Amino acid sequence: MAALEPAPARLLPLVAQLNADYARAIDDDRLEDWPGFFAEDCLYTITSAANHRQGLPAGLIYADSRGMLRDRVAALRQANIYERQSYRHIVGLPALLGESGGAVRTETPFLVVRTLRDGRMDLFATGRYLDAVVEEAGGLRFRERIVVCDSSRIDTLLALPL
Amino acid sequence: MMAASRPRDEEDSMATIPQPRAWPGPDLTRVPYWVYQDEATYRAELQRIFEGPVWNYVALESDLLRPGDYRTTFVGEMPVVVVRGEDGAIHAFENRCAHRGALIALDDGGTARHFQCVYHAWTYDLRGALIGIAFEKGSHGRGGMPAGFCKADHGPRTLRTATLHGLVFASLSPGAPALEDYLGDEVRARIGRVLNRPVQVLGRFVQALPNNWKLYVENVKDTYHASLLHAFFGTFRITRLTQGGGVLVSPDGAHHASYTIDRADDRDSTAYRDQGLRSEHAGYRLADPSLLDSVDEFGDGIKLQILTVFPSFVLQQIENCLAVRQVLPRGPDAMELHWTYLGFADDPPPMRRRRLKQANLVGPAGYVSMEDGCVGGFVQRGVATAGDEVSVVAMGGDGAESQETRATEASVRGFWKAYRRYMGH
Repeated sequence: MAALEPAPARLLPLVAQLNADYARAIDDDRLEDWPGFFAEDCLYTITSAANHRQGLPAGLIYADSRGMLRDRVAALRQANIYERQSYRHIVGLPALLGESGGAVRTETPFLVVRTLRDGRMDLFATGRYLDAVVEEAGGLRFRERIVVCDSSRIDTLLALPL
Repeated sequence: MMAASRPRDEEDSMATIPQPRAWPGPDLTRVPYWVYQDEATYRAELQRIFEGPVWNYVALESDLLRPGDYRTTFVGEMPVVVVRGEDGAIHAFENRCAHRGALIALDDGGTARHFQCVYHAWTYDLRGALIGIAFEKGSHGRGGMPAGFCKADHGPRTLRTATLHGLVFASLSPGAPALEDYLGDEVRARIGRVLNRPVQVLGRFVQALPNNWKLYVENVKDTYHASLLHAFFGTFRITRLTQGGGVLVSPDGAHHASYTIDRADDRDSTAYRDQGLRSEHAGYRLADPSLLDSVDEFGDGIKLQILTVFPSFVLQQIENCLAVRQVLPRGPDAMELHWTYLGFADDPPPMRRRRLKQANLVGPAGYVSMEDGCVGGFVQRGVATAGDEVSVVAMGGDGAESQETRATEASVRGFWKAYRRYMGH
């Protein structure tokens, strides 16, 4: 990764808004809007802190195009079987790490509570988003969103994206 | 000397120890639901199967390249350390200090010259032998261990180890046959077909499942369900029962390998649509089909091979997505599935990327595997009060032999054939 230039502070509320909109889309079951938060040429992957630390590249989800994100939504809607469930994302303040190659690097902590059909609620995941955010078509999009979960252990299944 | 009749108080105490229940009948096509619920059965399984004369997968040789490299894992619920010794051999021992029983190694893995328990600093060599006791001679001539204490007589239980195609297996039982004989030629060849050169770990994840461990093993062996539960498979013709393939069951029933071969005459089959099956959606196409851009890397046209080694090991090849899975029981109604995603050490970058993309099929978020993650829980909850009822395992007859079709439950019956033998049912 190239050396980072300082990122302009004016971006902070914009990145925070992007994160808030992203979380609302998933939590409000507007999954069809989810791929739109990414650039066409993007990387979205969910991994764990242990894998990330050891440089192991495999993800629970690994998508390197917006089309793959749309396919994920289509599979969840049309093909996959999982019990009805919803998330509540609590997203922390983004840290602007710097700018490089036209993208702003940010890191944002998150916490997700999963509520299942029978009302059971679990602290499903915590972690951090490692993002590369770009300006595209007048708005901000993720060129890269690496979801680093603090734990490598997933309860039952991970259906909805984090 | 054995007493002709046991004293009354011993008889009374025996009566209070829960015993595994009796099997309802000899037929392999019926399985009682209490087998997924009964606490005494579960405890007996840990002893008679996992700690019995079987081989448990415990590590990859690639995790243990140099002397001192180790991994911690489990055999059933028993914590174990697997380590490459100074002699180059792989050793395995119970991760339990001989002093007060604390875990000896606390990390998932690493490199060690020896192991020292954190509690009272008792020290073990790479074979698990006790070699040091803190203040063994006491302090200022007082205290210390008794003069006759022999370190060699105290140590954690050690396990036999054996390796095959880069997989490390361990057994607590001197009665287990040699690993090669345990697996048999056919299953061994099917492992070697995939693991034909050094592997590289691409990632590790744990999936905590809300069901008895046997429900997961049955699911993996169940060739009948794959294209019915998993709509993703059926729609994209990764595996369908109308495709070529079959299931190989080891002679003792314990192990299996199922496989799918792409067959041109299946492309126009309407069998799924004709039966109104959910798993085929005619209009469903990928926006980015690169997910399924596979290559026939083993040169035999086999698109999918799922292999189990009794009791708890799975080797998976789905297209170019390779993984090993370790089944760890965690009580009658819980288990952990430890996933290790693999590539080969000599994979060129495009093949590495292909494997990372195809990993979307498996694991806790897998297009296919997420359903295997929840379906065991559906059974566990469904049979909540049906312990005296039985399930029906009758597809493809009542035997447990290899078959040239996957519309069968032969390998599930094979599991029960082996299970009952180990359990004495």
